[in-house]
Amino acid sequence: MAQTNSCGQNSNGVVDESPNMLVYRKMEDLIARMQDEKNGIPIRTVKSFLSKIPSVFSGSDIVQWMIRNLSIEDQVEALHLGTLMAAHGYFFPISDHVLMLKDDGTFYRFQTPYFWPSNCWEPENTDYAVYLCKRTMQNKARLELADYEAESLARLQRTFARKWEFIFMQAEAQAKVDKKRDKIERKILDSQERAFWDVHRPVPGCVNTTEVDIKKSSRMKNPHRTRKSVYGLQNDICSNSPTVSLAPEVRQPTREELLDQIKFWQKQLDRHRMKMSKVAESLIGYTEQYLEYDPFLTSPELSNPWISDDTPMWEMAVSKEPVQQRVRRWGFGINEVLKDQVGQDQFLKFLESEFSSENLRFWLAVQELKKRPIREVPTRVEEIWQEFLANGAPSPINVDSKSYDKTTQNLKDPGRYAFEDAQEHIYKLMKSDSYSRFIRSSAYQELLQAKKKLLPFFCLLLDFLIHVNQETFRIAEPHSRNSLTACVLPFLCCSYDTPICMSQHFNIYTLDMHCS
Amino acid sequence: MGEMEQLRKEAESLKDQISAARKAVHDVTLPEIVSGTAVVGRVQLKTRKTLRGHLAKIYAMHWGTDSKLCVSASQDGKLIVWDSYTTNKVHAIPLKSSWVMTCAYAPSGNMVACGGLDNMCSIYNLKGKDGNVKVMRELAAHTGYLSCCRFLNDSEIITSSGDCTCALWDIETGTQKTIFSGHMGDCMSLAVSHDFNMFISGACDYTAKLWDIREGACRQTFGGHESDINAIGFFPNGNAVLTGSDDGTCKMYDLRADQELITYQDPSIMCGVTSLAPSLSGRLILAGYDDFNCNIWDSLKAERVGVLAGHDNRVSCIGVTPDGMAACTGSWDSFLKIWN
Repeated sequence: MAQTNSCGQNSNGVVDESPNMLVYRKMEDLIARMQDEKNGIPIRTVKSFLSKIPSVFSGSDIVQWMIRNLSIEDQVEALHLGTLMAAHGYFFPISDHVLMLKDDGTFYRFQTPYFWPSNCWEPENTDYAVYLCKRTMQNKARLELADYEAESLARLQRTFARKWEFIFMQAEAQAKVDKKRDKIERKILDSQERAFWDVHRPVPGCVNTTEVDIKKSSRMKNPHRTRKSVYGLQNDICSNSPTVSLAPEVRQPTREELLDQIKFWQKQLDRHRMKMSKVAESLIGYTEQYLEYDPFLTSPELSNPWISDDTPMWEMAVSKEPVQQRVRRWGFGINEVLKDQVGQDQFLKFLESEFSSENLRFWLAVQELKKRPIREVPTRVEEIWQEFLANGAPSPINVDSKSYDKTTQNLKDPGRYAFEDAQEHIYKLMKSDSYSRFIRSSAYQELLQAKKKLLPFFCLLLDFLIHVNQETFRIAEPHSRNSLTACVLPFLCCSYDTPICMSQHFNIYTLDMHCS
Repeated sequence: MGEMEQLRKEAESLKDQISAARKAVHDVTLPEIVSGTAVVGRVQLKTRKTLRGHLAKIYAMHWGTDSKLCVSASQDGKLIVWDSYTTNKVHAIPLKSSWVMTCAYAPSGNMVACGGLDNMCSIYNLKGKDGNVKVMRELAAHTGYLSCCRFLNDSEIITSSGDCTCALWDIETGTQKTIFSGHMGDCMSLAVSHDFNMFISGACDYTAKLWDIREGACRQTFGGHESDINAIGFFPNGNAVLTGSDDGTCKMYDLRADQELITYQDPSIMCGVTSLAPSLSGRLILAGYDDFNCNIWDSLKAERVGVLAGHDNRVSCIGVTPDGMAACTGSWDSFLKIWN
């Protein structure tokens, strides 16, 4: 793990100029391996009808090399990585403007380091104009302009109408120099130049890989490093990627900032750190506990609304139905109860039955206070104080003296966080006391055992049966869907192998049924 | 030795001591402990819906708490609130500045916020009296671009900015209540804890910081990345922090152990991470990259267990619904896709 110091330099002391440079460097390392004489991709000259195609390799060659030499699993991954590198211009198909990798006999060529994106090219439209103009002078079928290039040329002619004579002269000069070159060399250089423009002026519909995230581009770039002129002075050619820049990305801290940092680190030194083994165990425990609730890992009981186009899943979540899976989750920790409205309601109900609901009511009131608009806050603070904390309060809560004093202080200037200390104390109390009693209570246990969502069909069946058999069996809760008639029960039990829970209510048996 | 030199040395020495203290509790690595845990197996998520309507790069998206509505922001100068299930556009809000970088949905569902190169955070009221969506507040005080914003409730919002600070605002008065300074580089993203007491920020100084909202103080700092941290999020248990960086890696830091637990990386991944989101249980981490794909990582074993391939340009944002049912990716190709 590389240690970074406060100004973000990595351990080599090198400061990268832009996040893109990291990517370019990784790609260039890979290109170096691909170009290795012994273990790289075999580059050859192919004889075609009347001429030779110099310095090429096929798409399949690239894919095969990647699968053999990189930790790549399959062809799809190889094509993805290869297309990415082609789109950045590190190698290109010799007969196509679209920069992508195909796993077939299509011929590819490496780009010359002069044109690598790590040179921070930002070529101007005048250069593009010179290039397109030059192409029209070269009178070769293979160099004919594509439609989009012809359109660009026409547009540029309009834009640079005044400069056009100058551009034309540049193009002529370039063409002359090119003519003097060796035929084979020309073929290679022409294709590399074209690939460069395919990166910076891509075919319409293709991704422009030189586009930068505006968050990054608005940061100060070192103007010396950006290269704008392709056909300008030749003496700024560099064939290796630059590694040192002038302007560091992360600024140095000032004296005040350094003092703050030192104070911060001093405090950090004394903090308690938990052992990794314990932390790891708790992480594993958490992911395992919630595994069944994670729809990406466990198919949910009810249908996935995005697949099946119906929404029982959401209806159930919104309903007040305390389904077993939901109830079980409340047992994971007090936060799960407080997060779920139904859990909150059940918890409150339980506490009210014990006449100890003031803690939860206080906690809920403070939560609600924090969301209020600021103008309502002082009144509400006073109300909460009167209800829970003042002398003779109707719902007195027990806070430790420190929190009580702090709260009394806060009341002088009541804000949203006036009760923060008291709330924290009450939360801890609830967690250790009320919550554990709730989870152990028969009310909760019953919810856990009893109610599972009945399949819609059986709800109808039960409603019907209850209606029919009401008189004969004197069911205590005629509207309860959980009540069953004895004659139906054996049938259902056989079919579904379900446990039955019998409890005595009002001198008759009510039978609860589970559907699995 | 000048005073600055002395101070720098002191800071370095303290950091070395803390490194040693962290090493002292590093009794085992995560890969060692999880070797016995069951494998997750290949995770295949399919595109269920494609949300079409933006005309330019999408820079940000955020789910509402109902897990159905979401908001997205695009360089075409629009904020769109979608019903992701029906793919209908519930609201299409034109923005004053098209250079938008972030958007957020209030937990109540009453408001959305956005901001960008205008250095402001604009709050829009979705439940206005006449049914029109109007600007409710423009929070202006940052001296740099607005990279991220998240609502605490209808009255408070936290923002992160290119001016290297984060801030807590009172929406009603439009003022900054607390400024969180300490980062030495542009703050790129932030995430709020489930109890709304803390938040974390990732910045271009390659560090992530944990802040106490009420006190306004930085509680912990984590380093280790080799480039800008673009994405940050809490692990669902609230005790760990996930970060994604331009160095192509994601990392998980534990708050209680005060150090990095594990790095999620692969030599064949060359491009930076733009966004990330954990699944409901935390076992999976979905991360969006500059290479147009989204990779799914097994958070415990640090292995890639799936890929979401379907965008034709950079994946710029990703979010998992609060109920864990679906993931949404937004891309520079102008489309949002819902996966599960």
